[in-house]
Amino acid sequence: MPARTSWIPYALIAPSVAFLGALFLVPLVQTIWLSFATADGLTLANYERMTGDLNFSLAVRNTFLLTLVVVPIQVALALAMATMVSKLEKGRDLALWILTIPLGISDLAAGLAWLALLQNTGYLNSALYALGLISGPVGWLSQETPWSLFAAIVLAEIWRATAIVLVILIAGLQLIPKEFAEAAEIFGAKPWTRFRKITLPLLKPSLQSALILRTVLAFEVFAVVYALGGRNFPVLAGEAYTWQNENQNYGVAAAYAVLIMGISLAATAVYLRVLKTRPEQLP
Amino acid sequence: MTVSASELREPAPSRGLTLPSARRLLLWTGLAVLLAWVLVPIYFVALGAFGGRLGVFRWPKSIWPTDLSLAPMLQFLAIEGVFNALINSLIAAGSTVLLSVALGAPAGYALARYTFPGQNVYRLLVLLTRAFPLAILALPLTVSFIRMGLYDTPFGVSLIHTVLALPFAVLVTQSLFMGIPREYEEAAWVFGCTRFQAFLKVVLPLALPGLAATAIFAFVISWNEVFAASILTVRERTLTAYLLKILSESPLHYRFAGGFILILPSVLFIFAIRKYLFAVWGIASK
Repeated sequence: MPARTSWIPYALIAPSVAFLGALFLVPLVQTIWLSFATADGLTLANYERMTGDLNFSLAVRNTFLLTLVVVPIQVALALAMATMVSKLEKGRDLALWILTIPLGISDLAAGLAWLALLQNTGYLNSALYALGLISGPVGWLSQETPWSLFAAIVLAEIWRATAIVLVILIAGLQLIPKEFAEAAEIFGAKPWTRFRKITLPLLKPSLQSALILRTVLAFEVFAVVYALGGRNFPVLAGEAYTWQNENQNYGVAAAYAVLIMGISLAATAVYLRVLKTRPEQLP
Repeated sequence: MTVSASELREPAPSRGLTLPSARRLLLWTGLAVLLAWVLVPIYFVALGAFGGRLGVFRWPKSIWPTDLSLAPMLQFLAIEGVFNALINSLIAAGSTVLLSVALGAPAGYALARYTFPGQNVYRLLVLLTRAFPLAILALPLTVSFIRMGLYDTPFGVSLIHTVLALPFAVLVTQSLFMGIPREYEEAAWVFGCTRFQAFLKVVLPLALPGLAATAIFAFVISWNEVFAASILTVRERTLTAYLLKILSESPLHYRFAGGFILILPSVLFIFAIRKYLFAVWGIASK
């Protein structure tokens, strides 16, 4: 690049740096500070109040459980979708459009869509009734049925957020040269072998970013859960919302935010380490 | 990447049109199931939105549309606060679009056209934002927004949404400008254009479709966001914040109507930018 270092690029990035500084870095520091700040100076009181809360251990358990169940299924499903779509000769664009529609759908709307299916007089119960499996409306989303509520949230999350993984993986698949698979085919590698030995290793960078993004978002899960189960299924972000908006206790809300941030960063670090790619392995 | 001897067999039949019919059947069945999986919940929430109060409690339900009308939707829009929330959502999303393109595109251009000390630090800052639960970090902004008069305004909400959309705007516009040969610009300079004129007359027209895709993406991000919008507004709620607030007390058919309104623009927008979708994420996931 012939361009000399000049003031121009700095002037061009300056507004966005200032903006991210003011609305990302400052709130980041403020959140951490707020979580320690109490009437008697900086203490752990907010964290003690958070961990002492009845919903805390439930929220931690639920959030982790959701993430551990949802994220692997999403990756597997997205891989299956990507493979199927790549085999299509006709209608590829249409299939891709439909499969990526949920990408644009809010988590709240996704929760409401599944509520239409799963509510007491909804379509699932109607179908079960028609099959003679139940004799009348059955509740799936109440406090008394925690496991079917959990299953409903898992379904809605998979429905909504698999599209993000799909798009990242397809973008990654497009970077893999066709010659690799063709060469392996000439040597007689079966499709499954080609997938395992060529596609998957070369897809590692995309898998990594998909996993990081999805895991960070999974720990923020909130509106889907509220739309389907209200307060019956506590999750971390939901507790942060409740402490902030209803209890007006900003300190404990900030403690939840710092906890979610800590988990997200830890997950990111794990993915970066486990799925490390050496530059020479890149396609 | 070695293929072990046991896996060496006679060459597999070539793919494509000669795919064995059993496998083709499996492929189409699987695909049909997946497409239905995506579309069916949208269809049902639409039935719920246009079926009204009676439709929601009809038992057992038919999966075919019966007694649909626009009336339930119009009723929903006439509820006090709904229309206002819709307008607020549009204002917030519109401001997010303007802010993220105005802030992101120059930075994307700088990354595409210049090498300068510190550009890696900048890129890191932009990528770093994605390892953080951004919406949740908006919690302390309640206080500073109250002080600055931004609390409970759609514009205040759009500031947070811009933080979410800006990293995409930067990375996507970077790839966009990289795809436009710098020679075009240099030719314009030779003919006496200033840098700014050359950008305006040569680069911008070529970049416009990609910029539009970036803008739409920013719109969708803002339109859908729930957490930050809910904690930063009280009376001037956005649609998502409003729906979350009334979730526990409103009848089901209103919730479905709200859900449907939320879904509708997203479906159209994803259709509009489907060509750019993979470019957006291919770049943004590097």
